[in-house]
Amino acid sequence: MLSCFCFGRTAAGTWPHIEGYNNMSQATAHKTRPKHLALHEIRLPLPGIVSILHRISGAGLFLLLPFLLFLFDLSLSPETFAEYKSWVSNPLVKLILFGLLWAYLHHFCAGIRFLLLDLHIAGDLQPARTTSRIVLAVSLVLTLVIGVMLW
Amino acid sequence: MGAHYGLRDWIGQRVTAVYMALYTVIFAFCALSLPEMSYDAWSNLFRGGLMRFLTLLFFLSLFYHAWVGVRDIFMDYIKPVGIRLALHVVVLFLLIGYAGWAAQILWRL
Repeated sequence: MLSCFCFGRTAAGTWPHIEGYNNMSQATAHKTRPKHLALHEIRLPLPGIVSILHRISGAGLFLLLPFLLFLFDLSLSPETFAEYKSWVSNPLVKLILFGLLWAYLHHFCAGIRFLLLDLHIAGDLQPARTTSRIVLAVSLVLTLVIGVMLW
Repeated sequence: MGAHYGLRDWIGQRVTAVYMALYTVIFAFCALSLPEMSYDAWSNLFRGGLMRFLTLLFFLSLFYHAWVGVRDIFMDYIKPVGIRLALHVVVLFLLIGYAGWAAQILWRL
């Protein structure tokens, strides 16, 4: 689970399951070692992508909390329900909500994956990659299905 | 400061995550099975005493969860201590305000 918090700070080397870790260390052994992380040369592995998206989606959801509460507020009063309806029928608002729906679902799926990792389930390299693919795919498909149902 | 708040928050983040996940599934099932998105159908969802309580619990879980998550982000990226603490205070006050707002929305129904 620490991966979710730390991967932005940790160099690839501290993660045993990072893709290409062994290749990278073999390749660099013959060259002058870089003095800083060559960020443009490091390809984030799939579990790392899921992890940073978990953080980004969480931050996005937090930043838009007041907007969501504002809509929730409008929707739960008979006087303002019509106003709520007009807000959510605005195409730009729909697009934002679609993005937030993905953020929520990705955060949800990736969160379940992290909880399983906490329980030492699917922590090896191959299962970790497989569950990362599942998280990315399931959250996208659910976003499309629920998004279309609500649109 | 004692060192135990880290473990407490780590556990709290997970407990709130599990609760929110369960609530989300139940809520999604109820909301998506509404016959129409009318005011009556929508507000009836939250009118029952149990659902109102569970929904408030969801919001409180959400705000605590967000507090831990946002604080972790600030601890990772905001190095100057003064700015970081100021941001912590802003987020804390915002989340407490949101909690009051959510309770007010649910209890005026």
